[in-house]
Order: sequence, then C-alpha cells, then structure tokens
Amino acid sequence: MKGPFFENSPVFHMAFDKRDGKTIYAAVNSGHFGPTVFRSKNFGRTWENSKNPPRFPETSGLKVEHLWHIEPGHPNEPEVVYAGVAPAALFRSEDGGENWKINENLSSHPTRPKWEPGAGGLCLHSIVIDPRNPKRMYLGISAVGTFKTEDHGETWTPKNKNVRADFLPEKYPEFGQCVHKLVMDPAKSDHLYQQNHCGVYRSQNAAEDWIEISKGLPSGFGFPMAVHPQESETFYVVPEQGDFFRVAANKEFSVYTTSNAGKTWRKLSKGLPTKNAYLGCYREGLATDQLDPAGIYVGTRMGHLFSSVNEGKTWQLSAQWLPPIYSVSTATVTT
Amino acid sequence: MKIVVNIPAALRQYTGNNSEVDVDASTVEEVLVKLDLLFPGLRAFMLDESRGLRRYVNIFVNEHDIRSEEGLKTKLKDGDQVHIIPAIAGGS
Repeated sequence: MKGPFFENSPVFHMAFDKRDGKTIYAAVNSGHFGPTVFRSKNFGRTWENSKNPPRFPETSGLKVEHLWHIEPGHPNEPEVVYAGVAPAALFRSEDGGENWKINENLSSHPTRPKWEPGAGGLCLHSIVIDPRNPKRMYLGISAVGTFKTEDHGETWTPKNKNVRADFLPEKYPEFGQCVHKLVMDPAKSDHLYQQNHCGVYRSQNAAEDWIEISKGLPSGFGFPMAVHPQESETFYVVPEQGDFFRVAANKEFSVYTTSNAGKTWRKLSKGLPTKNAYLGCYREGLATDQLDPAGIYVGTRMGHLFSSVNEGKTWQLSAQWLPPIYSVSTATVTT
Repeated sequence: MKIVVNIPAALRQYTGNNSEVDVDASTVEEVLVKLDLLFPGLRAFMLDESRGLRRYVNIFVNEHDIRSEEGLKTKLKDGDQVHIIPAIAGGS
C-alpha cells in the first residue's frame, strides 16, 4: 500500500483513464484550499493539480463546494474529461484536466430554480457516456434525478419516469428524485441501472422509463452500484437498512448481485462480516475490475476494504483501519 | 516592495518545497497574483470564485489579520512578511 496522498482532504472519486492506460484523476476536496482535480501519469507516484480547476463564473454567485465525480470522455475525444460538482454543475475539460469549462445549458436548465439538495448536498455524482455516441450522456444528480443529452450537452431532459420520490408530495414527479448512482450495462448501451434513495431501477430504453427491481433485496436503499465488466445484466449493490439508519441491511454487510437485470438477486457474503456489522459505503465505494473472472472491491465508510477475486463468491479483508473510504477504483494494466 | 511570503506546509509541494517565497508587491492581492505567476494554480487554493479569500484560509501581514485590515487590498511596506495560514477551524 502506498500513500497517504492528499492528507486531510477527502478524495470523493478517483478515475482511471482507460484511453491512455496510465492517467488517474482524483477529485480532491480540501476543506481549507477548496476542491480541485489532480492527475497522475505514473500510477500515483506523483500528482499534478489542475491549474484552472472547475469553478463557477464569477458573476454566478456560486462556488464549487465539492468535486464529486470525474469521468474520462468518449474514446473518440481522448483529451476530454468531465467533472461533476456540488452545487450541481457539469464541467468539461478538453486538455486532459488542465482547464475546465462549465456546461451552461445544464446550469441554466429551466427546472433548476426548483432543484433541492439531498442530505449530501446538491451533487452531480454520476456521468455516463454512451460508448457508441459521444453526444449522448446521462447525469445523476441528488436530489434532482437523471438527466440526458443527445446533443453533446446542448440540451438536457429529465428522464425519471416511474422512479419514486417518497419524500415529495407527488410520488412520481418529472424531476426531484434522489438518484444515488447511475451506471450503464457493459454490453447494451441503452440499458441503465440506478441505485436510488427509493429503490433500485433498470431502464432498457435509454432512460425513457424505469422499472423498479428492488424485490428480492433486503432493502432498496443504498448508495454504490457497479456493473460486471463483460456480462450484460449483471451488476452489484450494497443494501443499507434505510435512509433513517444508514448501515448494512439487517446488520449483515453484503454485496448483492443480479445476472438478469434485477429480476432475481443473490447475496454474496462469504467472508464479509454479517453479524452486528454496522457498516456502510459511499456511492463510489464499489468497483469491479476488467479481469476474467472479475474482481469486485468494496470499501466502507469505516475504513475497510474487502475484495473478491471470484466475482463475489468469496471475500477477504484486504485493508482495515483506514480513514473513511470515499472511492474504490480499479485499473487493469498489462506489464 | 520586497515581500517575504510564508507558505504553509500543506502548499509547499506547489512551491518547490519552499517555505518562503520572495515577491515584489504592494498589496496582498498583488502578492497572490505574483505567487500564481511563479506557481500556476496556487491562487485558486486561496481564493474562491468570487475572488474572495477562502473561509478557512487566513492571511496575516506581519501579525495583523488582513480581515481586520483592508482584506486583500491591504497595503504592504518594503520588508513586510505575509503569512498564509490554514485556519484551525477548517479542514475535513
């Protein structure tokens, strides 16, 4: 284990850029010096900060509170990187993260005056790019919902049909849902999955509508979600008791998986603490690698890292006594 | 004016590990501009989007907190020391 890097600064997300196979981005949130993007081109041995990190225009009256997510762009746009921040905004860099420009079309969306934050803030935490088409992207914003663009961010449309918002007077509003994590099927780009405050959902038509798939889980509440690297309709969640008690459901810390897009679920807990385990995960705390069989890794808010080399059949404790783990990311490299 | 700027430990990785940097400036604001020219990106750690001093960053001119003086417009004299100090109340 190397580090620590960025001492005293929560790193909400780290992303490995598969396009060049060496760059790692980090969303670093210093309580003193503000949020910024760091990059390493040598697997973390050294880091370089963004000279002009994501910042709102001076006239906006807004300040970037936290950097939540970094997403390397489409393979056809090798220098493009996206960042999601709180208060919810999307930034784009066209030079590998050195300079950033805000997407004004999202920031000035007509629904924005009615956006309300979730408990963690008004955070843009998920950025999903269609691998077939760089102009199509999906965003996950707490507690605003899923948004989609088909024109490279010129226009954005809320896509939350059939997603519940139990905390609002209208249970199925056009927007205002609290999506916790949004991911895309590895083989079918029109298939998306979301872990929401009010359940787990799938869409099989590019977010035009959603179906709840929480049945079979001990709880529909949770934060992280990760897809299998190759197998379609296979993904993983970490259920928590509920929004009123954010620890492992039934005090059994477990990863659940489906291989049929949520029709049925299986518990993967052999080797995980399943008795009186008051553990929980942040939304970036679950990841898979690109190997076959796939490795799965889950980090807790309490500083444990569990890993499985056999797609969750068995788990081992890989690290403990760490600070809260905000993000687990993998990089599969050949040597 | 020749000003000596004391760099906090948390930011020395961006100043070539120098704990003191000499700049020529007549206000605190100009000090930050000059630091940013020497070490691109450094000013963003101290100022937010409104170009105001970050809440948990304190700057002293000698022993005077600039928030009790003229803020970033605080004037400097030749030989003044400018201390950049993360507030004890800040952090994560």
